[in-house]
Amino acid sequence: MIQISNVSKSYGTFDVLKDCSTTVSKGEVIVVCGPSGSGKSTLIKCVNGLEPFQSGEIIVNGISVGDPKTNLSKLRARVGMVFQNFELFPHMSITDNLAIAQMKVLGRSRDEAVDKGLKLLDRVGLKAHAHKFPGQLSGGQQQRVAIARALAMDPICMLFDEPTSALDPEMVNEVLDVMTELAQEGMTMMCVTHEMGFARRVANRVIFMDHGRIVEDDAKEAFFANPRSERAQQFLAKILHH
Amino acid sequence: MYEFDWSSIPGALPFLWDGMKISLEITLLSVVVGIVWGTLLAMMRLSSIKPLSLFAAGYVNLFRAVPLVMVLLWFFLIVPKFIEQLFNLPPGTDLRLTSAMIGFALFESAYYSEIIRAGIQSVPKGQMAACQALGMNYTQSMRLVILPQAFRNMIPLLLTQAIILFQDTSLVYVSALADFFGAAYKVGDRDGRLVEMLLFAGAVYFVLCFAASTLVKRLQKKYHPA
Repeated sequence: MIQISNVSKSYGTFDVLKDCSTTVSKGEVIVVCGPSGSGKSTLIKCVNGLEPFQSGEIIVNGISVGDPKTNLSKLRARVGMVFQNFELFPHMSITDNLAIAQMKVLGRSRDEAVDKGLKLLDRVGLKAHAHKFPGQLSGGQQQRVAIARALAMDPICMLFDEPTSALDPEMVNEVLDVMTELAQEGMTMMCVTHEMGFARRVANRVIFMDHGRIVEDDAKEAFFANPRSERAQQFLAKILHH
Repeated sequence: MYEFDWSSIPGALPFLWDGMKISLEITLLSVVVGIVWGTLLAMMRLSSIKPLSLFAAGYVNLFRAVPLVMVLLWFFLIVPKFIEQLFNLPPGTDLRLTSAMIGFALFESAYYSEIIRAGIQSVPKGQMAACQALGMNYTQSMRLVILPQAFRNMIPLLLTQAIILFQDTSLVYVSALADFFGAAYKVGDRDGRLVEMLLFAGAVYFVLCFAASTLVKRLQKKYHPA
């Protein structure tokens, strides 16, 4: 589904990504973790072309992201993305947030788009809030709406960029529950997150990044039981023992 | 001691009202064109396409670096000839209003584009990323998401600029056009009561503009209580 081959990216002389390669198969859930500044958010943003990269290749569902001939909008419409800061559209109601891209990008009728949006809103447990505006919802609720908005496009895979990092602690679980459910239904997912409990529960593989490199890319059992690199051991020790 | 004599005002009111209509017409047209053309200029200036951003930067810097009176005079002298030829009008057709409007609109667009550019930049970058991630193209993202938020943030500034513009319309006197200020001047000159007429015109400008800016401040408090 997603093939990342030898991707490198730099800002001037600073290398953000160095020779990163991995694959995500259909139905797999991959957790990407690592210290801040390790390039994990940049890597996931390269997958749908939000960040350009200088060398290497990324193939999503058979389409090359870096190819200038690729219709990126068309590809992105099929790849769902959830952001750290939710990025709901504050000047639109929740219903319109859910419907707008379905109508403008996929060409669905308003009725169809609203219907689909409300079904997904119900799925994330927020049906009663359809008429409200994003500013009237809590962070956790906004992030669940953002997930529903991405799902409304019938994505072939989902990218999560630190979806719980901007949330108050008591709201983290409501978002992780939605993500867990999604994973169990077989959605292909790539998640940048520090939530190791989530990784243990649902991930197939864990990728550990440091200084722009993929340092570990292991099945989750192997990663948690016995991380090979010293850097990953230190990271896990810090993140798990407090 | 100078004796004030206000007696020429009542009879001149219809003529002054006609002048006021011209002032308002110029203001309204310049605001509309200024916002539309200003928005395009702002988008060009923020564009990653070099020739577009250079053109917009040049345009804005040029118009912001020359006095409005001079621009109006240029347009007063050049535009009528140009339009006469373009539309095959008989020479001597009165195009003063048209050229004043064009001059104002083009000049004010430069100021509006700077306001709008700041407004666009005030919308968080993540909003554009979210639009792109949903598959929207640049035009859709701007029209549906970025500009509506930008304009909402800018409304007080746009209105304030419109009030300034209304005051600036008095500068069309250089083309002897009878806007409100020009009309007041003409009446005062005719009746030998220039001081009274100019005081009266000043008072009218003050009342209108002060009332409008008070209204803008109220609006601002209501929608952005900070």
